[in-house]
Amino acid sequence: MCGIAGLYTKSPALQAQLGEHLARMLEQLSFRGPDSAGVAFYRDPAPAGSCKISLCGAESAPHWGAIGEELAEALGETSAPRVRATHAVFVVEAEPEHVQSWLAEHHPELRLMSAGSSIEIYKEAGRPSEFVRRFAIEQIDGSHALGHTRMATESRVTTEHSHPFSTGLDLCLVHNGSLSNHNRLRRKLRREGIHFQTDNDSEVAAGYLTWRLREGASLEQALEGCLADLDGFYTFAVGSADGFAVLRDPIACKPAIMAETDEWVAIASEYRAIAVLPGAEDAVSWEPDPGRVYSWGTTLVA
Amino acid sequence: MPAPDATREAVLSVDLASESVRQLNQRLHDALQPQRVRVVNPAGMHSIAVGIDAAHEVEIDGHVGYYCAGMNKLATVRVRGNCGVGVAENMMSGSVIVEGSASQSAAASARGGLLVVHGDASARCAISLKGADVVVRGSVGHMSAFMAQKGALVVCGDAGEALGDSLYEARLYVRGAVAGLGADCIEKEMRAEHVEQLSRLLERAEIDEVDATDFRRYGSARQLYNFHVDNLGSY
Repeated sequence: MCGIAGLYTKSPALQAQLGEHLARMLEQLSFRGPDSAGVAFYRDPAPAGSCKISLCGAESAPHWGAIGEELAEALGETSAPRVRATHAVFVVEAEPEHVQSWLAEHHPELRLMSAGSSIEIYKEAGRPSEFVRRFAIEQIDGSHALGHTRMATESRVTTEHSHPFSTGLDLCLVHNGSLSNHNRLRRKLRREGIHFQTDNDSEVAAGYLTWRLREGASLEQALEGCLADLDGFYTFAVGSADGFAVLRDPIACKPAIMAETDEWVAIASEYRAIAVLPGAEDAVSWEPDPGRVYSWGTTLVA
Repeated sequence: MPAPDATREAVLSVDLASESVRQLNQRLHDALQPQRVRVVNPAGMHSIAVGIDAAHEVEIDGHVGYYCAGMNKLATVRVRGNCGVGVAENMMSGSVIVEGSASQSAAASARGGLLVVHGDASARCAISLKGADVVVRGSVGHMSAFMAQKGALVVCGDAGEALGDSLYEARLYVRGAVAGLGADCIEKEMRAEHVEQLSRLLERAEIDEVDATDFRRYGSARQLYNFHVDNLGSY
């Protein structure tokens, strides 16, 4: 059991309160996933020619200011770090691939949580309520966000095993369910050059999407590919710069409910996480059909 | 529905914004005389009004979470909203009325009583039904009435894939399209006794815009392994 929450704002007025609402949704889903929690926020896009990266400093508290100076010297103009608990976000005037390879060489102790234009990922082992407090999630604004609470069933409880998983530039995945063919699929994807940080099944789903997108599939095609290539139970929510998409396995083992008002679109594992949103009582709500890709955002599904 | 008698005149109002579900359920269990109870602010909470064992009349204003009115006995529970997974699961008697839609596994394993869903019910509606009656005004999702043993499922709209898979002796009535029948489920003749049963169920559900003769009946072909007398020796 895990919990999924997603919120997409349709009115700019709601964007300032995005974090506040997502935090309340996560709290409602705490009992579905007390082991760890994580969020992906889409906000404040980096200027053209620059990219935004989210880094996690693990146990040692890194000197983020010094790392920023190194980035600036090696790659290009770098913003001051925006630090949130164990994580920091930088905007670097460089290609994301360059930043990634430079970090791997010079700071292998840092974990790259996300890269892109607007995505920021924060995640940590521990109780969701503690995570929400430590990372001050309610203070984060943005256009849309995904969140996850994890109850581990098949691999360890660590920050790396937590969701969301980055699946490429500005892309991330959260998963409720379990996959049974992830070991074989991981071997296949490794041969294709996809890197994995853990033995987690959901990370394989993220790697699968990364691979399909790299091979030229649209996000919709990549998600539809899951129906054929992934064996197991899943409700997926995939975030992109423009919005999010939702897919349930063909027999819909795992719960999902969606709701929409003039102000927002939401996905959650349970209605109680939607009930805390403004105007929820008058929202149009429905259960997404199994095996069908739903999406919000203008260019999300090309 | 009988007119409420004098002892039921007073309506107890319970606000789940200030009282816990456990407290509400405890009150419902402790009250030996039938009560009228109105529940407000359910906010999608789980296990509201479960395990009632008296002829209470419970009205819930809003959407509820999982297992609402589970194991219900004698009571009438009305939900003025949508339900999460497993509404009226294992119901023994009484009735549960959902004015909105119901999520998966509505009336799972229910042994008696009546569940009415005025919206749609999603997957696995009436799974393993053991004697209750289920009437859905809208449509039902895939694998509905899976291994249903006894009782009736009435669907005024459409049914999803694999309807009645591995069905035992429950009766299925569907007015609209059936996306596909599950293993060992076949269409059967709609005889006078079935029209009569269906008419009664629709009347009890207070659904009068559809005609019992517009429905098709589905049931077990009784061809699965354990129905073959030739296999008797292997038990």
